[in-house]
Amino acid sequence: MLLWVFLILLIGGVVVWAAERLGDAWPRWVSLVVLAVDLALVLTLWADHYGAVVVAARGTWFADLNLPWIPPLGIRFHLGLDGLSLVLILLTLGLGIVSVAASWSEITERIGFFHFNLLWTLAGAVGVFLALDLFLFFFFWELMLVPMYFLIAVWGHERRVYAAIKFFLFTQGSGLLMFVAILALYFINYRQTGTLTFDYFALSHTRLGSATEMWIMLGFFIAFVVKLPAVPFHTWLPDAHTEAPTAGSVILAGVLLKTGAYGLLRFAVPLFPAAAFRFAPVAMALGVIGILYGAVLAYAQNDMKRLVAYTSVSHLGFVLLGIYAWNELALQGVVVQMLAHGLSTGALFILVGALQERLHTRDMRQMGGLWARMPRLAAIAMFFAIASLGLPGLGNFVGEFLVLLGAFRHAAGFAIAGAVGLVTSTIYALILVQRAFHGEPRDASPLPDFSARHMTVMAAMIVTLVWLGFYPQPVFDTAGPGLGNLQQLAAGRSAAAR
Amino acid sequence: MLALLALVPALPLAGFAILFASAGSLPRRWIAAIGIGSVGISTILAFIVSAAFLAAPRPYREVVWRWIAVAGFNPDIGFYLDALSLVMMLVVSFVSFLIHLYSAEFMAEDEGYSRYFAYMNLFVASMLVLVLADNLLLLYLGWEGVGLCSYLLIGFWYRDPANGLAARKAFVVTRTGDTAMTIGLLVLFTHLGTLQIQPLMQRAAASWPAGSGLAIAAAGLLLGGALGKSAQLPLQTWLPDAMAGPTPVSALIHAATMVTAGVYLIARTHVLFELAPPVQAAVAVIGALTLLLASFSALNQTDLKRILAYSTISQIGYMFLALGVGAWTAAIFHLMTHAFFKALLFLAAGVVIQRLHEEHDILLMGGLWRRLPLAFWSFLIGSAALAALPFIDAGFYSKDLILWDAWNSGPYGPWFWAAGIVGAFVTAIYIFRAVFVVFFGPVKAEPAGHIGYQVAIPLMVLSALALGGGFVELPGYLGDVPAFSGLLSAALPVPPALRAATAAPSLEGVLVGIGAVVPVLGAAVAFVTVLHRPVFVTRLVEASAGVALQRFWAAGWGFDWFYDRTLTRPFVWLARLNRADIVDAFYTGIAWLSEAGYRLLSRSQTGQVRWYAAGIAFGSATLVILAVFA
Amino acid sequence: MSVVPMQYGLLLAAVLFALGTLGVLMRRNIIFMLMSIEIMLNAAGLAFIAAGSRWGQADGQIMFILILALAAAEVSVGLALILQLYRRLATLDADVASRMRG
Repeated sequence: MLLWVFLILLIGGVVVWAAERLGDAWPRWVSLVVLAVDLALVLTLWADHYGAVVVAARGTWFADLNLPWIPPLGIRFHLGLDGLSLVLILLTLGLGIVSVAASWSEITERIGFFHFNLLWTLAGAVGVFLALDLFLFFFFWELMLVPMYFLIAVWGHERRVYAAIKFFLFTQGSGLLMFVAILALYFINYRQTGTLTFDYFALSHTRLGSATEMWIMLGFFIAFVVKLPAVPFHTWLPDAHTEAPTAGSVILAGVLLKTGAYGLLRFAVPLFPAAAFRFAPVAMALGVIGILYGAVLAYAQNDMKRLVAYTSVSHLGFVLLGIYAWNELALQGVVVQMLAHGLSTGALFILVGALQERLHTRDMRQMGGLWARMPRLAAIAMFFAIASLGLPGLGNFVGEFLVLLGAFRHAAGFAIAGAVGLVTSTIYALILVQRAFHGEPRDASPLPDFSARHMTVMAAMIVTLVWLGFYPQPVFDTAGPGLGNLQQLAAGRSAAAR
Repeated sequence: MLALLALVPALPLAGFAILFASAGSLPRRWIAAIGIGSVGISTILAFIVSAAFLAAPRPYREVVWRWIAVAGFNPDIGFYLDALSLVMMLVVSFVSFLIHLYSAEFMAEDEGYSRYFAYMNLFVASMLVLVLADNLLLLYLGWEGVGLCSYLLIGFWYRDPANGLAARKAFVVTRTGDTAMTIGLLVLFTHLGTLQIQPLMQRAAASWPAGSGLAIAAAGLLLGGALGKSAQLPLQTWLPDAMAGPTPVSALIHAATMVTAGVYLIARTHVLFELAPPVQAAVAVIGALTLLLASFSALNQTDLKRILAYSTISQIGYMFLALGVGAWTAAIFHLMTHAFFKALLFLAAGVVIQRLHEEHDILLMGGLWRRLPLAFWSFLIGSAALAALPFIDAGFYSKDLILWDAWNSGPYGPWFWAAGIVGAFVTAIYIFRAVFVVFFGPVKAEPAGHIGYQVAIPLMVLSALALGGGFVELPGYLGDVPAFSGLLSAALPVPPALRAATAAPSLEGVLVGIGAVVPVLGAAVAFVTVLHRPVFVTRLVEASAGVALQRFWAAGWGFDWFYDRTLTRPFVWLARLNRADIVDAFYTGIAWLSEAGYRLLSRSQTGQVRWYAAGIAFGSATLVILAVFA
Repeated sequence: MSVVPMQYGLLLAAVLFALGTLGVLMRRNIIFMLMSIEIMLNAAGLAFIAAGSRWGQADGQIMFILILALAAAEVSVGLALILQLYRRLATLDADVASRMRG
């Protein structure tokens, strides 16, 4: 079952590539079907376990798969699904469908190869969310990187090669650091126990000296915050987001950034709790700086897509702040914030993509008054801009508020500084609306408004965001046991260290 | 019957949802029907619920669903009805209904008809959530919701960038206050473990001694939110600019309901403010200062709506003054009467402005009392109530109650009272200046068009309320009808300091006398300076000091200038400066360094075999020498 | 039989090697460069012979034969390359063939 969640995407990718020969529409439909089937599969998993999770009868793990892969080195194909992974996989597949729909008219060349890359990136991300073997995790981590590189480099905009290489270098370089850290942990464990293993749970019993723990933790930390991204490792993101095709931006913002947060949640903190707690003030400070710095930069941009990209830096600052507050309130806030950010930012990228298709520019100095020309698109943009500034009643607010509430307990100063981000986010969200949609139209000729296909996608995202804002409890109930498990793991390890 | 409570905010929300989803594809008649109908039914329900509540006045709580349940943080989507929220609910829904009715005709020609009613319905829903919320998080939801609608409606005519700027200014300034409030919520939950208002107040009273640091911090932070939303010093600058929106919007949001949310918030959490005497004193001082500053600014505005905007700031200053001295009932009483007469003034002003083809400048109006009799009488009644002309109108009774409580509030009471009296004097001058300039004197512009019943009915109903709305609470010397304070006494108990204070009857007579005479004097001054002997003003204005002072007041005491220089411009400058992201320079630097290294090394790659041979020879010779001699 | 002292043989080898090196470095004609390389190879061979005769070992001569074979192979490959070079560039100037410049 679990294997299929992942394999469907890999096989689907190959099929899609082959389907290109049958006609242009084939790859699109096949990828939609593949993603829909996968989503249905995960939803049934959720439905099977939702009640069980609430009563916490079946334990934290919904499903587990443990096969030998390279036995001499102790590498196993170990996948495990808990509530946290499940929620993020749902987001991944949902945004996958959205991005296939968003590239329906945008991508006209090498359609099969495009969808192959899309599906393989998603497969890598799903694998990352499932892997419980550190080597396997690293393998998936790299797997999602390469197709994404192609997505940017082949179908991107003007400076696509520059952006793709920058993206590749940042993630690859930081990934290497993580690999070194994984190997260090692997060999230290080997020396202590005499068994070669990359298994998450086995490695979580490794005893580490204080300084060693800090170094290994830093290796993981840097890999994950580059992906997140946190200031000062964020500069690949505006370029990559801006130059990527719409679907690439959606996947990057919605899914790939989340793998960084997931890595921090699953590995960097629980495996090295003592070092993480000592490091927490630095990490939280980086989070707060990200919130404010990203917002100020977003305000200053002329390129609409770059503006949206910088808002990601700001939003993910809340995630970093919440992870290192490390209490239930903050962690649940982080989960909701990740989902809501994926939806709201993804939608904004689709909007920018739609604008570029119509106006052939992303420069807001060339826009203005678009409300009069495309009222539906403008109203939807207004909605997502408002979601992005954290209006109560939408998912982002629940996430941000819980993060702040959790962080306030732990470090009031950081929470207060983070709260200032609420003002700065207002400033950038409103300037976006003002510059693009308000004002006198430059040209009276009407532009094609959103089509029914776009409207369906947007409506689904709006409904989900409102649902997250008014009734986020199912998400809490699903992710709760998994998060509790991580907290216990961390607490157990720091107690053992003492 | 009480169970209908949740429908009161839900109906306008449903109206919004329908209008939003239909995306402007409905015919106008339907749009108006949905917009007005949802609010109208909601108002009827509000009255039914109120009747049920008054039959057995006990606080009623209704939980619709559990919003969030994480680690002991359990806010509900739940509503709480007591006398305070009852009054607010009635005022909000009824005034909203009247203004919706008015809008149906007033906005009939506008291209964004559907958008307008969608926003207005969303506003009403948010405002009702705000006043009915049983926990502070839900209150905050309503609070931000009304802020959003305020933004959307100020910038409703989006084609003019100035409107967009005003809208953004309003949202950003109020959100600055809201951020303080957010932090206040963090403090309250972290230390008291709940955000549900009633238990929260009990826990605060039980665990925090009066004057404790946490109480002061929490109350101060909530006050920050209230200051932003209610446009009080130092966050008042957005309200005059907010007049860029359609006039019914100004009437509903920026006069009658949303801007008084701060007053409601403080009254709702009054226990907390009683625990923090310095904050409460600050509320009184801020109120007194704001009412004076704003009334002086209103004196020499030429834009009719800006006069009313400054007067709103000033009147809310009275409410804050009342809150600051613990006169909760007086504050809410004034909130109610103010909602009636200020909405009336704006709606009447809207008629005048629209009839004169969107003319806002009062100096270009004149002699309209014969041309627009309904607008004239409405405006006159509203002005009388605003100026608190004695005995005949609602404004007098509420303002009188505030002044009386201010006098009794302690050692500084007389000062607060004096500020209120000076404010009342100036208020009478500026509003009657407007009345005389606009409606009397020579006719400068001819009005066009006519008034339909949808505009006329709200004007007449509000006129009646502005006159008669005060008779629910009559002071001792006029028959002693404490209906309003009696109703509110359970929700807002009179603080001991005020209850104990009983000034001598003779003194009360003197104070009431002064309070009654001053507005009349002010109106007389306005009459003399505007109609009878304009030469006084001309001379005053022409003096150099007069010019400077006039400019200073007209510019709102320079707050805008100050914020622009100290906050806005540095922020924009800094953001623009760093547009290319300084951090990226570091990575570009690394890239540049490695490129430079590559250039340097590739120099040695000459492509000439002999150079390579020389290199090999030299290198091996060096190695041999090293091996032999070293 | 008068034996030539090893030093003389080595000295001659060193001189020949230095001449060959200088030839490689200074000549631009690629054929002369190839010939200079031959001289260097033979100098090395001479050094082996001298050393072998000094210690009466056959190793030196074996190495010389190896070098001889090597030189022959080198010349054949080198001449083939030169032919190609001449055909493409129509010159024998080694400095002209600098397309590998970075």
